[in-house]
Amino acid sequence: MDIFGIPVQAMMGQLLIGLINGSFYALLSLGLAVIFGLLNIINFAHGAQYMLGAFGAYLLLNKLGLNYWWALLIVPLAVGAMGVVIERTMLARLYKLDHLYGLLLTFGLALIIQGFFRKEYGSSGLPYTMPEQLTGGQNLGFMFLPNYRGWVIAASLVICLATWFVIERTKLGGYLRAATENPQLVQAFGINVPRMITLTYGFGVALAALAGVMAAPIYQVSPQMGADLIIVVFAVVVIGGMGSIMGAIVTGFGLGLVEGLTKVFYPEASTTVIFIIMTIVLLIRPAGLFGTQK
Amino acid sequence: MKRKLLCSLIAGIGLATAGLAQAQISDNVVKIGVLTDMSGLYADLAGPGSATAAKMAVDDYLKATKSSLKVEVVAADHQNKADVGASIARKWFDSERVDAIADVPTSSVALAVHEVAREKGKLLLNSGAASSDLTGKLCSPNTVHWTYDTWMLANGTGSAIVKTGGNTWFFLTADYAFGHALERDTSAVVTKGGGKVLGSVKVPLATQDFSSFLLQAQSSKAKIIGLANAGGDTINSIKQAAEFGITKGGQNLAGLLVFLADVHGLGLQTAQGLILTETFYWDLNDQTRAWSKRFAAANGGKYPTMVQAGVYASVLHYLKAIDAGKTDDGTKTVVKMKELPTDDPLFGKGVIRADGRKIHPAYLFEVKKPAESKGPYDYYKLRATIPADQAFRPIDQGECPLVAKK
Amino acid sequence: MATGSNAPTHAPAPASAGAARTHLAAFVAMAAIFVLAPLLGVYPVFMMKVMCFALFACAFNLLLGFGGLLSFGHAMFLGGAGYVAAHAAKVWGLTPELAVGLATLCAAALGWVTGLLAIRRQGIYFAMITLALAQMVFFLSLQAPFTGGEDGIQAVPRGRLLGMIDLSNPVAMYGFVLAVFLGGFGLIYRIVHSPFGQVLQAIRENEPRAISLGYDADKFKHRAFVLSAALAGMAGATKAIVFQLASLTDVHWSMSGEVVLMTLVGGLGTLFGPMVGAAVIVAMQNYLAELGAWVSVVQGVIFVVCVLLFRRGIVGEIGHLLKKSL
Repeated sequence: MDIFGIPVQAMMGQLLIGLINGSFYALLSLGLAVIFGLLNIINFAHGAQYMLGAFGAYLLLNKLGLNYWWALLIVPLAVGAMGVVIERTMLARLYKLDHLYGLLLTFGLALIIQGFFRKEYGSSGLPYTMPEQLTGGQNLGFMFLPNYRGWVIAASLVICLATWFVIERTKLGGYLRAATENPQLVQAFGINVPRMITLTYGFGVALAALAGVMAAPIYQVSPQMGADLIIVVFAVVVIGGMGSIMGAIVTGFGLGLVEGLTKVFYPEASTTVIFIIMTIVLLIRPAGLFGTQK
Repeated sequence: MKRKLLCSLIAGIGLATAGLAQAQISDNVVKIGVLTDMSGLYADLAGPGSATAAKMAVDDYLKATKSSLKVEVVAADHQNKADVGASIARKWFDSERVDAIADVPTSSVALAVHEVAREKGKLLLNSGAASSDLTGKLCSPNTVHWTYDTWMLANGTGSAIVKTGGNTWFFLTADYAFGHALERDTSAVVTKGGGKVLGSVKVPLATQDFSSFLLQAQSSKAKIIGLANAGGDTINSIKQAAEFGITKGGQNLAGLLVFLADVHGLGLQTAQGLILTETFYWDLNDQTRAWSKRFAAANGGKYPTMVQAGVYASVLHYLKAIDAGKTDDGTKTVVKMKELPTDDPLFGKGVIRADGRKIHPAYLFEVKKPAESKGPYDYYKLRATIPADQAFRPIDQGECPLVAKK
Repeated sequence: MATGSNAPTHAPAPASAGAARTHLAAFVAMAAIFVLAPLLGVYPVFMMKVMCFALFACAFNLLLGFGGLLSFGHAMFLGGAGYVAAHAAKVWGLTPELAVGLATLCAAALGWVTGLLAIRRQGIYFAMITLALAQMVFFLSLQAPFTGGEDGIQAVPRGRLLGMIDLSNPVAMYGFVLAVFLGGFGLIYRIVHSPFGQVLQAIRENEPRAISLGYDADKFKHRAFVLSAALAGMAGATKAIVFQLASLTDVHWSMSGEVVLMTLVGGLGTLFGPMVGAAVIVAMQNYLAELGAWVSVVQGVIFVVCVLLFRRGIVGEIGHLLKKSL
């Protein structure tokens, strides 16, 4: 059976692959949305932190012999801790100022991190062996799905939904959302708002690093891996609505699917389609699909 | 105050024009500038290694011939950007007395530097770039194109694979000029050899994820999947092809532009079975082995790629031509370089044609399985040798204005 | 960015003749430096590069420093105009001043369209839209046959200015670039000190109040956007003629980031700041070129230091010390 001249089998395969890409978009845009929601800062360093996650996994494997599963645990914590340090020492000073400065600071940080790694490791990218337990694949009939890619989809869904649950349905999440609206009032109630903000930034960064660790076995671990990805993720976050958690998740997966479809019908446009959608969404619904006008 | 300013301005302009009138005075030093990608996509296949190769060539030449030439080598990073490369070239030629520029990987940069060299009457010894236009319709009396080009890659890998039975193709093409050219040239070769191109897909540059394109290649059932891309794109597509079990399913990948450094980066487990064409490999014969061991010692243990070997050989021949012609003028030296036959331990005996193209044999390699390799960099087995007179585009097909029409 | 007290700029337009005298002195000093530098041995092509980027940064600063709008996509004007000028000079054989003029008009047109789309939003959203639009221009430049993709448009002829003056002559080329730069700078000065410029700064300081006074804020912002785009285009077109090359570097988003850096280092909202910033950044890139990736690191460090400690930028600090606005 053919849809628009493409066999259903091929289409299903492409959509599944789109879903895999969407997993990374969702994870990364989730981190960005969390950070923007609470700190009102566009974390331009998110791509570099994603790259740090991948390199962390690489270094852990090649210097300390710790495998992928250790990396999944240790690297996000380590990079998240770095995020905490950045927030305490630098970002905290900028909250009184225009949000533009936060963007510029993180942009500068991204340049530093990426430049440094490029100096050390060049641009060609380094191989990271896939964990034993996840090699091989399933023959789904319409395509051969590598086990690892299936793992990526499953893991990201779980993480995204867990994060959404915590933020939207638990008390801690309630405090976070309240602090976004009115930090002084929440502080007056005895909640340590600055610490919450710091930990939130650390959490967002840890999410980026986690995405990086998950990306390491399938994409080349290269200093540039975050740089062009981050622009796409910005578009995802803007389409979803900058502070909306569910928006980031749904849009991330959704845009992965759209990109997958575009690759089937008109591959040359697959990198541009997200920006076209973003422009259209911003014209019709300026706050994003799920966002609320602030 | 204003009058003094005006007077000094006029005086200054007068002095400046006098200075300009003196123009180029030939100096006592032959200065070679290695313009390459020091930290980017091509740093491993060219980069600092190319600078090392150039210095080795100078040392070896001076030692072997006891020539009285004073030679200096400088190096810079063009960051794969045509504007950066062209600026550095201009600065080198204009104010730093560089006589020749060597290497220059990345076709867009090479084309820009090629024009600057032509404009200033200096010399470009290109080893790193692929564009066959350098000796084709854009050919210049100031450029010598060593090592390889897109025509050679297409005809080397393409026709050899078709001859060995790979007669149905599907292309993964990087969606920019270089990728298009490579696909176009290889398709022509495949069709001429009796094969069929079943389809192709244009992939945006620097795509991270090739899975959907590889899926299309897989469903085309073509015997050969041609990778008309380079650098990170090639590495990514090969890695992901392995992940999706493409080679296990019976299809072979043809890397239309793959270097030893790329295979080293991929690892044999992933890269095994890959078919590619290069014009130099360290393990070809005793001479290449001896040189490569010396090179690796000076290059942090990394073995030479064909680009770095090309830098060595082209600089060697350049110095020979300067001594023979007793001048370091760019245009005149190129004439001498075309006059003298080439002979070096890396590419053997060869010649530089009127259009600037250096002719030497090409080799079709297959990447070994991990079990077949005896150590690091022992990656290739030789499948075929393409003789020099067939490896490159015939001189009358290039539309080069320098070539006299018959 | 529209809220007044946290706005990153501090220099209100001067009303006194004294300030105007300071500006004139500074302008003459600047012009003198650019005229004398090549005579004193500084490599002329380097100076021309500085001038082109200085004009680019000044145009950007018009929008950010005086208009309060951060555009993260200004590269689309620089690079887009560069392509138009290169194509016009090479394929259509236009003389340089016509090529630059045409390219400037095209940049203005692009600014008009993108401005319409972007102005509707504010602050971060505005920046994100400009970024997205610039990315679309980037991908168009990659695909369109006339731009030459990765190769760019090469071997652009310098041509004969007005059909008479051969610009392959380095002195003539330098003179042309100098004229374009000083002209563009002068134009920006006039815009900033005109009623239009005053209203623009008022909108930047406090938009609701400006609207309540009866000014159509969106229209002013849009006009500022178009002007900024046109002047950035002029810089890009001139650069393409000087370097005889139009490439993807000029439409890539990292170029948009660089112009922000130049303006920040030099001094947001100052008149002479962007030029100083451009000179510093271009010089740094030039002299650190051998160090490769360190350039990126150094730029990042400068960004971070400027944002944390040095928000006024070089000229801003000087102005603050002298208690004058520069």
